[in-house]
Amino acid sequence: GFANKTKMNLFTAINSAMQTALETDPSTVIFGEDVGFGGVFRCSTGLRDQFGSDRVFNTPLSETGIAGFAIGYAAQGGTSVAEIQFADYIFPALDQLVNEMSKFRYRSGNQWNCGGVTVRTPVGAVGHGGHYHSQSPEAYLAHTPGLVVVMPRGPRAAKGLLLSSIRSKDPVIFMEPKALYRASVEDVPDDDYMIPLGKAEILRSGSDVTVVGWGGQLRILQKACDMAQSEHGISCELIDLRTILPWDVDCVVDSTEKTGKLVVSHEAPITCGFGAEVVATVQERSFLSLEAPIQRVCGYDTPFPLVFEKYYIPDELKNLEAIKKVVDYAQ
Amino acid sequence: MLGSLRSVALTAARRAAATPTAASAASAGRYGALRSMSSDTATFDLTGSFEMYNIDSAPENSIEMSKEELMGHFEMMYTMRRMEITCDNEYKAKNIRGFCHLYDGQEAVATGINAAFEPEDDWITSYRCHCIALLRGGTIKEIVGELFGLSCGMSQAKGGSMHFYNKAGHFWGGAGIVGAQVPLGTGLAFANKYAVKPGEPMNVAIGCYGDGAANQGQIWESANMASLWKLPMIFCIENNQYGMGTSIDRHSSHSDYYKMGNHIPGIRIDGMNVLAVKKGMEFVREFASTGNGP
Repeated sequence: GFANKTKMNLFTAINSAMQTALETDPSTVIFGEDVGFGGVFRCSTGLRDQFGSDRVFNTPLSETGIAGFAIGYAAQGGTSVAEIQFADYIFPALDQLVNEMSKFRYRSGNQWNCGGVTVRTPVGAVGHGGHYHSQSPEAYLAHTPGLVVVMPRGPRAAKGLLLSSIRSKDPVIFMEPKALYRASVEDVPDDDYMIPLGKAEILRSGSDVTVVGWGGQLRILQKACDMAQSEHGISCELIDLRTILPWDVDCVVDSTEKTGKLVVSHEAPITCGFGAEVVATVQERSFLSLEAPIQRVCGYDTPFPLVFEKYYIPDELKNLEAIKKVVDYAQ
Repeated sequence: MLGSLRSVALTAARRAAATPTAASAASAGRYGALRSMSSDTATFDLTGSFEMYNIDSAPENSIEMSKEELMGHFEMMYTMRRMEITCDNEYKAKNIRGFCHLYDGQEAVATGINAAFEPEDDWITSYRCHCIALLRGGTIKEIVGELFGLSCGMSQAKGGSMHFYNKAGHFWGGAGIVGAQVPLGTGLAFANKYAVKPGEPMNVAIGCYGDGAANQGQIWESANMASLWKLPMIFCIENNQYGMGTSIDRHSSHSDYYKMGNHIPGIRIDGMNVLAVKKGMEFVREFASTGNGP
């Protein structure tokens, strides 16, 4: 346990991690659109004043440029923390991420690497974001060998995972559930600490159903598991992947082999969402342990809607239905 | 052609002062000594409204306007202003959710462009699109309805503030991703050229974007294509001096946007003067629609 903790929300925890990174590694620079004054979600508040504008600075509105620039600096040994203001804007940078960042070490035969890159970006539904301020593009990025993709579920996880991401020897895309920036408040250690990448966390142990999610979805899944227990006496084991790529296959497989039933839930559209990867792998590894077809509870295959968001979101009721469905099927 | 219209971002204080009385007093000063409107037309001096780049010709320095035209422009701009301020109030009251990027202060730009254009010319712009939606066949009910998330909204509430579209009005939106509208607009221009008989004037396409967007690489890709294939495309930068929250001298190494087309001719127009915009854009439209390229 840590001696000193402070109640922090998500943006404060991220700010704390970046401050620690700037303090402990003099080559760390933080840049992106509007980060100088603190950023549109306040994650970089106070950092320019404390560390100077040569280390914390604004970029023009040029995502491809931001990504490429981050790679180049890291290739020379620096630590770059690049912000893409909303993950919906990451697509112009996709060529840099997929064709340059992910292949940099491999193609040079390990002469160089850009492990010093961390790309931070807000993701997910926020209640009113509409088409271009709500997307969760983890599936596009997880389809890219050479990248690491991380998504914390709250402030305490965020600080530890972000420090691990910044210090990782591989380029990391760090996705921050924007709905939690102010809404999620937890006790976060004041110290420098890291949470390992590539390892999932079991949030509650259970015996009847394995439920898997990541990021902001865990809050919804906790509610669904609570309802399953209180209304139907169903004991759910809830897993937070924490790292999407590479994901902790053994953790999910071991759990599913114990419970025999799996529900995977994510906000992003169902077709080719990352849930599909989890399902395919689990059925391949644990086919004979399964007592019911695996369920996915996800966003619909439509553009993210504005006024219809409530209907689109894979909420706790939809997840409760899926949990009940696999339990009923297995009986 | 690269057009750059310089607007002044309206502060809250200026908004409060924008009553009809203040507006008419300002217009008397801006449009020169105008004694009366007793005749049906009047001529206005536009000296100083235009700066040219890489082109020998220029718009004339005066414009003749009828009383009806002037009243029409004033009514439209005033309607736009009241609509945008209302949206501002409703957004702050959280009756409008999502995003709300307002055009107050820039009314003269869109009004002047529309006055110079044909209805079949194609128009695509950024998310700061409420007033252009109004010009291009939209009603206040459709616009405000969309913002309130009602089914009478122009896009049936699917998109909100940034996503207005009107096929009949040749209005292609309404774009959430900064700069993405410009390659699209270039494609619209290509379609206009492709559809017309050789030698006949083409309908133009105009892609409006901001000074922040001007640093997007896709704009320069589009400009190259438009120039290479002599497309009837107008690249129109509405310079309100801010890219999101970052002021122009902190996001652009070069802010004479009308000169950024390299060999593509450019014009800087005073975007606060609707008559200058109309005259300037008539000149631009004539250039682009007659096979001279962007």
